[in-house]
Amino acid sequence: MEKQLALQMRGITKRFGGVIANKQVDLDVYRGEIMAVLGENGCGKTTLMNMIAGIYFPDEGKIFVDGREVVIRSPKDAFANGIGMIHQHFKLVDLFTAAENIVLGVKEKGKYNLKAVNARVAQIAEKYGFRIDPQKKIYDMSVSEKQTVEIIKVLYRGADILILDEPTAVLTPQEISRLFSVLRRMKEDGKSIIIITHKLNEVLEVSDRVAILRRGEHIATVETKDTNENELTEMMVGKKISLNINRTEPKNAAPRLFVKNLNLYDAEGVHVLRDVSFTACGGEILGIAGIAGSGQRELLESISGLQPAVTGEIIFHNPKKNKPVTFFHKSMKRVRELGAQNAFHDGKGNPVSFQGMRPGAVRKWVESGDVLFNEDEIINLRHRTPLQIRELGVRLSFVPEDRLGMGLVGSMGITDNMMLRSYRKGRAGFLDRKKPRALADEIIQDLEVSTPGVNTPVRRLSGGNVQKVLVGREIAFTPKVLMAAYPVRGLDINSSYTIYHLLNMQKENGVAVIFVGEDLDVLLELCDRILVINSGAVTGIVDARTATKEEIGLLMTKTDDARKEEAP
Amino acid sequence: MNIWLNFLIDSLAFGATFMYGSTGEILTEKAGHLNLGIPGIMCMGGAGGCLMLNLIGKSGLPPVLIVTAGILSALAMSMLMGLIYSFLTVTLRANQNVTGLALTTFGVGLMKVIMSKLDATVYLVGPKALYRWPFAGRQDSMQCLGVLFFLAIAVAIASSWVLYRTKVGLHLRAVGENPATADAVGINVSRYKYAATCIGSGIAGLGGFYYIIDYMASQEAYLSLEAFGWLSIALVIFALWRPHVTIIGSTVFGLLFSCSSYITNIDWIRVTMSTKPLLKMLPYVVTVLVLIISSIRNKRENQPPSSLGLSYFREDR
Repeated sequence: MEKQLALQMRGITKRFGGVIANKQVDLDVYRGEIMAVLGENGCGKTTLMNMIAGIYFPDEGKIFVDGREVVIRSPKDAFANGIGMIHQHFKLVDLFTAAENIVLGVKEKGKYNLKAVNARVAQIAEKYGFRIDPQKKIYDMSVSEKQTVEIIKVLYRGADILILDEPTAVLTPQEISRLFSVLRRMKEDGKSIIIITHKLNEVLEVSDRVAILRRGEHIATVETKDTNENELTEMMVGKKISLNINRTEPKNAAPRLFVKNLNLYDAEGVHVLRDVSFTACGGEILGIAGIAGSGQRELLESISGLQPAVTGEIIFHNPKKNKPVTFFHKSMKRVRELGAQNAFHDGKGNPVSFQGMRPGAVRKWVESGDVLFNEDEIINLRHRTPLQIRELGVRLSFVPEDRLGMGLVGSMGITDNMMLRSYRKGRAGFLDRKKPRALADEIIQDLEVSTPGVNTPVRRLSGGNVQKVLVGREIAFTPKVLMAAYPVRGLDINSSYTIYHLLNMQKENGVAVIFVGEDLDVLLELCDRILVINSGAVTGIVDARTATKEEIGLLMTKTDDARKEEAP
Repeated sequence: MNIWLNFLIDSLAFGATFMYGSTGEILTEKAGHLNLGIPGIMCMGGAGGCLMLNLIGKSGLPPVLIVTAGILSALAMSMLMGLIYSFLTVTLRANQNVTGLALTTFGVGLMKVIMSKLDATVYLVGPKALYRWPFAGRQDSMQCLGVLFFLAIAVAIASSWVLYRTKVGLHLRAVGENPATADAVGINVSRYKYAATCIGSGIAGLGGFYYIIDYMASQEAYLSLEAFGWLSIALVIFALWRPHVTIIGSTVFGLLFSCSSYITNIDWIRVTMSTKPLLKMLPYVVTVLVLIISSIRNKRENQPPSSLGLSYFREDR
């Protein structure tokens, strides 16, 4: 039987500001086939599909449905052309039943009759093998049931072309195989199905053809039966590009942070970190690579105390033996505490406990530099809040990916943002504004932040400048461990290199730098070692100087055996 | 007639004031907008109605026409207030609490100005018998009930029917729960918000008109109206955002509110001037209790609409 074209895209280009998200993409989808759109994070898969679904409008190019040219300006237009998209984040009203959600917004003649809707939903469900109770409320549903509602919602509106954005990201293996069997039945019914994914095993399992996108461009479309994981990976990651990032050899790298068997569950009970273990060394940059949402964020947040891990250990090791005590990071309270624990000596081997001494005398003695540590500092950070970690004198800096949400306060100026780190200092309830102000000026000077003034709300600065302010503040804290999540995301080339340079400087100062990145080229040139995380589990730690992109790409996407075993 | 039956009927009649107010507020809140302007809107509804009655009260038109004109004017004035509120909060996305409070301050003040200029003998005397149809002229307490009272019950039941039994209601609830989802399936979010707010305000305005003209029917009635606006907002929580429950709720509130006057009839309870205000607190105490109980039970259906108080802007993600 001759294959019939359902959807054609010709020369589709989409720009966001100066960034090209899609460039001259041509794509054909036939009736009765499952097409996989494969690519790395940020390669433009979702943008491309959003243009078919009416979320975005292409700058250039044409879309044909069943051979006729169509203009799709809104999701409504898409539905009118028989196109429906199931987004990664479900758009459902929690309080409504499945049937109410499905019928929402559908223009139908006749009386509003939920019974008829229920019957029709049941009929669709039976036809394709969905399991669904039309009268169940969404808030009582599992993720997979919600996805089923979304798919039926699209089918109920009569869609013939279904686009699924990362449909398996949130499903268990059993749910995935059930989804795939439903997709196959829809395919047999003559529907065209496009799934956006970066999981190779699923592509090979379910699709008929694969379109590969890289950096917004359509690389190739191949028949699934003629290809394999290695070939797909190669097309996905492409050839290595040299970036000329200056990387120095690590000097006296000594273990600084030990993470052992860390496990974490999110609010929905999903196992987001599985037995994560690694060691970060002072004086080196440890890269973390992985598909977005593989647990990178959760890992950094659990180390910094924002998300308490369920089991495992986070050991901070600080070589302190025979080094002088300072008040720079230790509070008076902490110094007294450590004194009572016999942690100090006076250089001649006599213990110093500060017992019964007045604060002034303690301060004087410590500042003279004659009080030395007895032992190295070894602190378990698990189950400590960020504040407790800070009070323990552990210098841990975290540059979160959400800069204006978690890192800085957008409506405050640079000085005030500096104070987020120092507001607990100062006396008798009054804030010390002088030092933060000086620090703000210093950062503006040293990092060449372009801003109208120190008190301009940081929200008004460009992405690169915001990031410089944030990284500058964290570095000014002279950290022992510096964690940065996607620090160059959305930054232009120059700002990116400034950030690489800052991270390298920290590495040379003996800081243990943990760098979560998405661009494999950057990871390979900037980092010393790269840890690859896949669905919350570490799938490998490789030497960045010898590893290849394909190797890391495979570690990032390979079939997840651990997950399959664990499922009930 | 039995004093306790009087008490009940009086409370029913009194409760119709907040039945209007809270039915109107529920419709607005179901669209995701917390309208704290309800007291001001009820006041303006009352003022608008009285103004019209004052204008045409002595014109010699048939009484039915005069009454209808009064009701329409009350509706128009309060819907205008609702329109201002929706323009500010839906189109300009102003803060809903601030806008609502401003409208209340504005509405209450303007009503006092208007009402102080009107001639109570004109707007009150004329068509009173009409409001109390079919019970006008009865000697027992049934004479407290009338057209506007039954209209309040009808509106409450009709609102519930629309909200839970029609597609328009389904869409309106979707807008209040999750406007982004509603928008994605092609529902015109702004239109629903405007309509719900304006219709809700109109209903609330009728409550103010009813209180001044019908229930109290006195020259000083307007001075105490604002308090019942706030009580209406409390009643929304009591009724768990279901218009038909306001019928029971407003009766309970009415009973609690006027119990200070009736309780003196029980021999062994002594009510002094200083305990009366304490008794008048009861409706609010009960609201707090309902709020606590409904939060403890934590049933999703009994919670306020999810996006209540939040402005919707499509390009926010």
